[in-house]
Amino acid sequence: MFRQARWDEPVIFNLGKAGRVGYTLPKVEEDVKGAVGDLNMLIPENLQRKDAPRLPELSEPEVIRHFIRLSEMNYGVDSGLYPLGSCTMKYNPKINEFLAGLPKLGMLHPYQNESTVQGVLEILYRLERWLAEITGTAEVCLQPSAGAHGEFLGVCIMRAYHRLKGESEKRKDVLIPDSAHGTNPASAAMAGFNVVVIPSDEEGCVDLEALKAAVSDRTAGLMLTNPNTLGIFEKNIEEIAKIVHEAGGLLYYDGANLNPILCKVRPGDMGFDIVHINIHKTFGTPHGGGGPGAGPVGVTEELAKFLPVPRIVFDGERYRLDYDRPYSIGKIRCFYGNVAVLLKAYAYILSLGREGLEEVAEVSVLNANYVMRKLREIEGLALPYNSEKPRKHECVFSAKPLKNKTGVSALNIAKRLLDYGLHAPTIYFPLIVEEALMIEPTETAEKEELDRFVEAMREICREAREKPEEVLMAPHNTAVRRLDEVRASHPQTMALSWRMYQKKLAAKKP
Amino acid sequence: MVEIGLKGKGHPYIPNSNPKIKQEMMREIGIKSIDELYSDIPEKYFLKKPLNLPEALSEFEVKRHVEALLSKNKTCEDMPVFLGAGCWPHYVPAVVKEIVQRSEFLTSYTPYQPEISQGMLQALFEYQSMICELTAMDVANCSMYDWASALGEAARMASRVTKRNEIFIPRIIHPERKATLQTYTEPADISIKEIAYNPETGQLDLDDLERKISDRTAAVYIENPSYLGFVEEHVDEIGSIAHKHGALFIVGVDPTSLGVFKPPGEYGADIVVGEAQPLGNSMNFGGPLLGIFACRDDLNLVRQMPGRIIGLTTTTDGGKHGFCMVLQTREQHIRREKATSNICSNEALCAVASAVYMALLGPQGLRELGETIMYRSNYAMRLLSRIEGVKAPVFKSLHFKEFTVNFDSAGLSVKEVNEKLLGMGIHGGKDISKEFPELGQTALYCVTEIHSKEDIGLLAKSLEKIVQKR
Repeated sequence: MFRQARWDEPVIFNLGKAGRVGYTLPKVEEDVKGAVGDLNMLIPENLQRKDAPRLPELSEPEVIRHFIRLSEMNYGVDSGLYPLGSCTMKYNPKINEFLAGLPKLGMLHPYQNESTVQGVLEILYRLERWLAEITGTAEVCLQPSAGAHGEFLGVCIMRAYHRLKGESEKRKDVLIPDSAHGTNPASAAMAGFNVVVIPSDEEGCVDLEALKAAVSDRTAGLMLTNPNTLGIFEKNIEEIAKIVHEAGGLLYYDGANLNPILCKVRPGDMGFDIVHINIHKTFGTPHGGGGPGAGPVGVTEELAKFLPVPRIVFDGERYRLDYDRPYSIGKIRCFYGNVAVLLKAYAYILSLGREGLEEVAEVSVLNANYVMRKLREIEGLALPYNSEKPRKHECVFSAKPLKNKTGVSALNIAKRLLDYGLHAPTIYFPLIVEEALMIEPTETAEKEELDRFVEAMREICREAREKPEEVLMAPHNTAVRRLDEVRASHPQTMALSWRMYQKKLAAKKP
Repeated sequence: MVEIGLKGKGHPYIPNSNPKIKQEMMREIGIKSIDELYSDIPEKYFLKKPLNLPEALSEFEVKRHVEALLSKNKTCEDMPVFLGAGCWPHYVPAVVKEIVQRSEFLTSYTPYQPEISQGMLQALFEYQSMICELTAMDVANCSMYDWASALGEAARMASRVTKRNEIFIPRIIHPERKATLQTYTEPADISIKEIAYNPETGQLDLDDLERKISDRTAAVYIENPSYLGFVEEHVDEIGSIAHKHGALFIVGVDPTSLGVFKPPGEYGADIVVGEAQPLGNSMNFGGPLLGIFACRDDLNLVRQMPGRIIGLTTTTDGGKHGFCMVLQTREQHIRREKATSNICSNEALCAVASAVYMALLGPQGLRELGETIMYRSNYAMRLLSRIEGVKAPVFKSLHFKEFTVNFDSAGLSVKEVNEKLLGMGIHGGKDISKEFPELGQTALYCVTEIHSKEDIGLLAKSLEKIVQKR
């Protein structure tokens, strides 16, 4: 049975002793100090820090032990299966980590003279070309720091395109299916668009009639995930593209689910004008507990002029950074993107090669369908939408039958799975499936682990019928039991920092 | 060479690519070929010829290839580099690297299941808490992409909170930060107005601010230290002016200065943004970086805050403390188009690195860090200013870490100086002559704790030679 480490690890502010330090700084030479003089004389009274920041005072071993204990209370892909749907949590090859950690990258400053950074520019330039080839787009920009950041860039490009055509005042609607990731509407709204929701049909795809009714000369574009969040390929993509393009809109591809179609079909060939890629998903770079990621954006030839500056250009001999792009939307962040993450993607593509990437797609789909077929046999779980249709990288089940019969919900199943040493699937998403469990095993899960997952699901559904308390009270084997998330967000009890906790709550403690 | 696919033995990263296993799985789910699983995709879209991508390499070949490419770079370990401007060379302690390589942190996702993700959640809560101590604010989120995007989101937040749509920024600001701010604010119809500076000191022109500010102003933003390295001295007055007109006061900081300088929370900042890359993160050619975002404990502010926030809570049985994401009803996965931002992935692991860094240094170390940077950079300024034809700094103000160096009297352009320096194995400062033409041939130099007295001496000697040879 799985048992996660359960340390009574204090908050770091309660550790250490006054006067301890964990790090020594280079000593400042006496003559340097002498030449500069007394810093207190240099800094005006009103700018001096009077009270030292109340940081903990710890020695090096204390710091190490604290954070190692914390790490032991955390679950990663290296700990086991992480079937979080639409997040593509695959294994992260170790060699990539080694390479990205080399000082030849780490100690490189972004404003160095181009002659001193030719190596890294070559890597980024080639990666752009490969990603353009994979997505079927003309040019790729590596700058976005995450998928949603790429979306924001994408819709900014949409805006710039319509503005140049003199239609930005009119084209204010961005169409988004009801099964879309939450970032899509948030990004569109950030770029100043109205969001128009398109319903799904009974097969879980974009409802074509609804789409036709929604497009107009106000349409700026459609944001689409394909395969969608149900794991279903939008087979009507040709017609969708036609409808949107004929209305004068652009088609945006949310690349969160690119994994299952790698080297099979390309968004660019399906008519998408703007494509983002989640490097931290499809290209196997670690997610770091929430980032850093990278969300490159590829566009058609026509839209390339809007990409952020600088563009990396190659004249046959040297790589340069080109800032002279009059139509560019400008900048979405400083410098050139999360280069350390991008380097890992470069190494990843090299390790797999063209055929390996196709294998990634095929096995991710095989694994998802394997799990889907096995879970369909379990009483209490239902597979909504066309159940005969193959799924791509993920499948979405509904725990509604189980909930109706036993009171055990998708949330309870998720919590109980943790007890089995498996990470939970994404739950309650997409919004169009009640009691949703969105499962994405990825290509890096072995058959035995998939079987273990299926067995755990079967066992939990059995427990729900026979001893529901066990499931309703889960998890039992994790670092902590079920957390009070309502209390955490309530204005009276909210503690978002140690000083806030001390001000509000610590004093009230009996 | 490892053979790929059904023909071969399978790929090391893909356990089920082994042909036998694959066959077995296909048999169990009743298909004869993988193609059946792709049968719903219209035929016309399938690639007719293989993509133009490289062939797979073995791990050893990948390593050799990437190392060979990277060896073409010259880093600040190969030569002294005096560049800052938003990404700064600092030493990253080995402990920091050790912790962030722990696979439980490195390979986990956003902690959607808090019970099995307590380690990451507590580490992020501790990061937030330490940022609050450093900036003297109450609430910090667990990261933004970088300082520039944090500023963009801060301006949008100020506009939402005040229901006004005008932001004041100093004329002296990082141009890429300003460009990012424009991209973020333009769709929200927020206009950006620049405040002039005193040409002698670089300090924000308070009269200009007083003249321009109105009841349309959502926020006044300053950077401290400024982009050009000088310390803004009239912070109390600027904050008062902003507040007098009902505007928010946003301060951008380099956190390495906060061991010695008064934190923004003590001079009335409502929102603090900044760049925490110097606290335990490598430069990596400009990314990943780590955007700071903090605000006062005021629900009107906190509820409009972008990004993810971790809070301390208890288990439902009340027995134990624990951590989880809070106020998720502001976020994109619940609020969709009404979310406070679209942020999903942020820079969590970089935040953990910074938490470890701050824990290692403690209050004493942070003070020493600030002092060391100040001694070394001010020493460099003094040494350079002794060279005839070189003016360092341009502005008569207190400087921290970065400073301006002007070559007008020497009749040299920054470009010429930098090329000659490069020839001598030194990387000079950032050329800002195009960014701020009114400052003439000026470069922005950066000196941190990693620049030794010898590095600085070498720079001074080399510049002297360049100026004399002219």
